Amino acid sequence: MNYLDEFRDRQVVLGFAERIRGLVEGRTTPMTFMEICGTHTMAIYQYGIRSLLPAEVRLISGPGCPVCVTPNGYVDRAIALARLPGTIIATFGDMVRVPGSSTSLMEERARGADIRIVYSPLDAVALAARNPQLRVIFLGVGFETTAPTIAGSILAAEQQGLANYFVLTAHKTIPVPMQILADDPELRIDGYLCPAHVSAIIGANAYRPLAEKQGIPCVVTGFESTDVMQGVEMLVRQVLAGESRVENQYRRVVTAEGNVRAQAVLTRVFTPCDVAWRGIGVIPGSGLRIAEPYARYDAERAIPVAVEALREHRGCLCGEILKGKVSPFDCPLFATTCTPEAPVGACMVSSEGTCAAAYKYGR
Amino acid sequence: MMDKDLILLGHGSGGKLSHQLLDELIIPTLSGVSVAGQNDAAVVEHNGQRLAFTTDSYVVDPIFFPGGNIGTLAVNGTVNDLAMMGARPLFMSVGLILEEGMSRRELAAILASMREAADGAGIAIVTGDTKVVPRGKADRLFINTSGVGVVENGVEINGCKARVGDRVIINGTIGDHGIAVLAAREGLELSTDIESDCAALNGLVAELLKEGDALRVLRDPTRGGVATTLKEIAIQSGVTVTLREESLPLKNGVKGVCSILGLDPLYVANEGKLLAIVAPERADAALDRMCQHPLGRDAAIIGEVTGASDGRVQLETAVGGMRGVEMLAGEQLPRIC
Repeated sequence: MNYLDEFRDRQVVLGFAERIRGLVEGRTTPMTFMEICGTHTMAIYQYGIRSLLPAEVRLISGPGCPVCVTPNGYVDRAIALARLPGTIIATFGDMVRVPGSSTSLMEERARGADIRIVYSPLDAVALAARNPQLRVIFLGVGFETTAPTIAGSILAAEQQGLANYFVLTAHKTIPVPMQILADDPELRIDGYLCPAHVSAIIGANAYRPLAEKQGIPCVVTGFESTDVMQGVEMLVRQVLAGESRVENQYRRVVTAEGNVRAQAVLTRVFTPCDVAWRGIGVIPGSGLRIAEPYARYDAERAIPVAVEALREHRGCLCGEILKGKVSPFDCPLFATTCTPEAPVGACMVSSEGTCAAAYKYGR
Repeated sequence: MMDKDLILLGHGSGGKLSHQLLDELIIPTLSGVSVAGQNDAAVVEHNGQRLAFTTDSYVVDPIFFPGGNIGTLAVNGTVNDLAMMGARPLFMSVGLILEEGMSRRELAAILASMREAADGAGIAIVTGDTKVVPRGKADRLFINTSGVGVVENGVEINGCKARVGDRVIINGTIGDHGIAVLAAREGLELSTDIESDCAALNGLVAELLKEGDALRVLRDPTRGGVATTLKEIAIQSGVTVTLREESLPLKNGVKGVCSILGLDPLYVANEGKLLAIVAPERADAALDRMCQHPLGRDAAIIGEVTGASDGRVQLETAVGGMRGVEMLAGEQLPRIC
């Protein structure tokens, strides 16, 4: 057993496909399920899941790609910081290509800015320790999956007495926008494929208000092909039975309560705030900012810098795509003006972006 | 919008940006033949003798990695570019650009392995050049090579020759080189036993050439990986290539690292692999020839030319779905969460 092939077993997947077809046969109205998480979006395209599902089951992609929902203003601030002398920007790879109002970190790197791709925020802390004469700013972008590790990096910097480590945060949390989209009359979501690894942190119970108060079936689902197909079947069965419960397909990783230690680190370093989601707008209580006792690590508060005036790209349908209301193929810029080489919106560059997935695998 | 004046790292990725730079600037200025008509080496004719001629530069980081170093890569890469035209490699040059402060001991080790690789492949290093630049102006060692080989009469290997029904064969597991280099890089604490597949393929090619006309196309899927290389061939030949994911040979270690980092092995670089497009009636025979060669033990038929098009590549996924395959766009980057 190598813990990969078993979860990508063709016969198992085809078995789910057949059962799902049997369950929905003859239905006149399709069931609409939203996958929230960008990794699900990518997996669904990569495995060709849509081509295995009957027309009665429609999968739409939600706003769960952290890079995609990061507003241009954040990228502009990161770029302004990158231009300051004596500054290293440390980031996960995806942010480098995201377009801001007039340029990107990738272009700034070509112009001489010191931008390092790291694989863990602790690498950024180590970078700060090795370069005491420079300041290292980590771009804290992500949902509940990454936020605890970034909180941990702040605690590590504090423990090491580093005064040159900072985080520019754009952290967001997942359940609130799910609740808002669930009430959207245009979308009419019949069920959620809930994120896999976000749920490992927050626990499956986090979706209970959605299921119990808003009546939306929720299935926490893993990222492999058998996971996704089983998650869809579980949703189909809930809809047919007229139920709305939280079910956990991804029991090999996710528990009902989640990772309590990670949650503790998170609440120690971060505090909830209102935050802007690119293309969607401000969603109250859906962001995480660095709490007051750690304010000196907050790049936005600790390092004043002039940021260029915000310029949104005209014609870009990212907002509607992120809400699942239109598909990338409906956007006039898709694969014409907006390509992975010359992206207009972040959805085209993130490895979890709906447009990137559709461009790479869907055409 | 993007600043068109900037050269970006992605322009060197071997993917779409590289093609754009070649098509829009380099080729129109220097020669005039579209990149779509380009092969791994040029074949020129002089006094009735056809010669294959190629050049390449090596800037790999780190310069030592499991399974090879920048020197073995330079020699084998040059040999392979010639071999992919069906040429017998004869002579090569080596230009060294050294960074001030580089270790002489490391240089000696690299040169020794270059000599060994050249002897092994039967190519003679006959000329060279050495420059040293101030510290910080290069990264330890860059190598530029050129190579010349002879194409025997009757050998016609070209990226434009794939026809409907032809089979796509690869001589072994994909993505080994890219993952070995990535894992050797500072800052990525991955312990894998993956070694680069860096190897000279001219011996294997000599075996395949015995298939004569049935051998249509040879190409080594280096930067940009199998996906980008097949896309190039599909465009050049005006055909659709359909791959079967289940048939792709893949080491468990490569599969694991790709899963962790969110990389698609189809886009990861190889340095000892070739894609052969072979007429259907000779595909099994060609596969047998590969499997009997030490560099082809894990060879497999991974797909088929399924129709005429403007260069479409598609993949039947392991779970029975179907999806498109595009060229590498930008750099392959790790996932964010």
